[in-house]
Amino acid sequence: MTAVLDRTTRSDQTEELVHELAVRRRRQVLRVVVGLVVALLAVMAVRVLLGRYTVTIPDFVAIVGGAQIPGATFVVMEEKLPRAVLGAVAGLAFGASGALFRRVLGNPLASPDILGIAHGASAGAVTGMMLWGLRGVQVVPAALVGSAVALAIVLAASAGRHGGIVGQRFLLGGVAVAALGTAVVTQFMARLTLNDAHEAAVWTVGSLSGASVDRILWLGAALVVLLPLGAWLHAALQPAELGSELAVGLGSRPVPTRAAALGVGTVLAAAATAVAGPLAFVALLSTPIATALGRGRPHILTAALTGAVIVVAADIVASEALGTVDLPTGVVTGALGAPAMLWILLRSRKVA
Amino acid sequence: MSISAPDAPTRPSTSVPRDGGTDPAFRLRGLTLGYGAEPVIRDLDLDIPAGKTTVFIGANGCGKSTILRALGRQLTPTSGTIEVGGRDLARVKARDHARSVAFLPQSPLVPEGLTVAELVARGRHPHRRWWGGGDDDEGVVAEALDMTDTASLAHRRVDELSGGQRQRVWVALVLAQATPTLLLDEPCSFLDLAHQLDILDLVHDLPMPGATRPEKTNGDSTDRDGVAGGRRTVVAVLHELSLSARVADHLVAVAEGGVVAAGTPDEVITTENLRRVFGLDADIIPDPLTGQPVVLPRGRRKDFA
Repeated sequence: MTAVLDRTTRSDQTEELVHELAVRRRRQVLRVVVGLVVALLAVMAVRVLLGRYTVTIPDFVAIVGGAQIPGATFVVMEEKLPRAVLGAVAGLAFGASGALFRRVLGNPLASPDILGIAHGASAGAVTGMMLWGLRGVQVVPAALVGSAVALAIVLAASAGRHGGIVGQRFLLGGVAVAALGTAVVTQFMARLTLNDAHEAAVWTVGSLSGASVDRILWLGAALVVLLPLGAWLHAALQPAELGSELAVGLGSRPVPTRAAALGVGTVLAAAATAVAGPLAFVALLSTPIATALGRGRPHILTAALTGAVIVVAADIVASEALGTVDLPTGVVTGALGAPAMLWILLRSRKVA
Repeated sequence: MSISAPDAPTRPSTSVPRDGGTDPAFRLRGLTLGYGAEPVIRDLDLDIPAGKTTVFIGANGCGKSTILRALGRQLTPTSGTIEVGGRDLARVKARDHARSVAFLPQSPLVPEGLTVAELVARGRHPHRRWWGGGDDDEGVVAEALDMTDTASLAHRRVDELSGGQRQRVWVALVLAQATPTLLLDEPCSFLDLAHQLDILDLVHDLPMPGATRPEKTNGDSTDRDGVAGGRRTVVAVLHELSLSARVADHLVAVAEGGVVAAGTPDEVITTENLRRVFGLDADIIPDPLTGQPVVLPRGRRKDFA
């Protein structure tokens, strides 16, 4: 009898412990999300208020409220604010896309920029501009088709005999597709009469210079649909993290869920590329950074927010670093991302 | 080639479990399994008794894991049928199956950064609703941790555990699934002998999910069937023969693309069967305490003796 009582007490204690650990994890995720939202608002404020053209907070509030201040209104409403907001939404999309690719493919280098998905979208957009004269948000369908073609090539190149992506071959396929996409973009650029060098930069390295209310609204609407869907798929793939056998044993159907997650991840990357170009390394970097912030556990929301912070912060550097010259944002993310990618490579070798 | 398992309880001292007896947990008929053109298992008929521990033994690559994978819906049969609890396995929904049958593969992956408590909670997946809620999840997880003696590891990261600790955590995960049937593919890999015994005794004595855990009345390992409410059905693939004989109520020897012997350990562990299944020369003596067969491998040395 005492033994039974002992066991009950012990079981109650364990249940309390399990509950406490679950609560602690939820609080920790919440803390990271809140921290990242604050960081995002901070970098956006810096982007809008500071820099070569400084705006005071009262002026900013007045401008957003509709006041016409000569010079300042134009700079804030046509340049600084749209760029900050577009950077944030594009970063959210790239970050979420990276988290989905990472979970489906289970490899730290698996992300839409390494796999050439973003380059495919870029090539599609430029092809649409060249052949059908598409402009602005009209290029979105063309970008989607381009990214889908890129994904199909990578999958075909890396599929094993039993279907599905096997081993590291998708990385090689991705390198080839990225090179192909860049080639398509470059050769159309040579023929396209783009007077503005900044517009060309959008499609080769990615830039926020094309920020407009149209593009922001369009990508924002896409995110409202795709982010919850992506979050749901990201959670539904939790059993698949344990290997496909245990996932099947737990009653999940990993194959269709993985396919759906790759699809949503591709659309997210393509949508972001259609408005901001293939911003290098944003999708690749946001998941490991968010994972480190969350003490080892990746979360799609924190990855998306991290992506947003990276893009807006990179845009600050791009527009301010070289005095009067505006760099394309993608140049900065690329410069930050290359050493970070090497670091990921070195670290993954240590683990393996 | 195909041998049906006897339906009646085989130990004289055994009381018939309420859910056992005539209704097997799995009924395999005309089952052919394979991965390519050449089948691994051909035209197999086999009953796996409910509420008992069944152990598959056989040489490497004989197809014992393949049978287990088919029971766990990891592998679709080339032909033939599997009935689970009287229902055709092919018609059972994936989620319903996961609520009645848990499958522990040989080498599951360890996700990064997951704590033991979180990993074990993954076993609740088939019981969760689409928004993530479920009934009594934390209680079941806590029970699984206690049963496997891993509660003290609950806060640790799984990727930092030793092989033996990790193996117990995997067992805890499938226990948290709270299924009447467990399929275990070599659950004792990475474990030392004492921990192997812990795990095997644990799964052997499992009451049905929801029932309180019975107290062990004495240390007599041969009398384990008197649990009210019945025990869980356990089907395991094991390598160690004497351990298999110790833990199994029902032993199935797999070789030559089918089952060559099925029955109590006494019936299956014979000199002829071992020669046929493993190509092994061995003497068999009864355990002085429990009477279970103990295998003394002689190998080729017997020829010289």
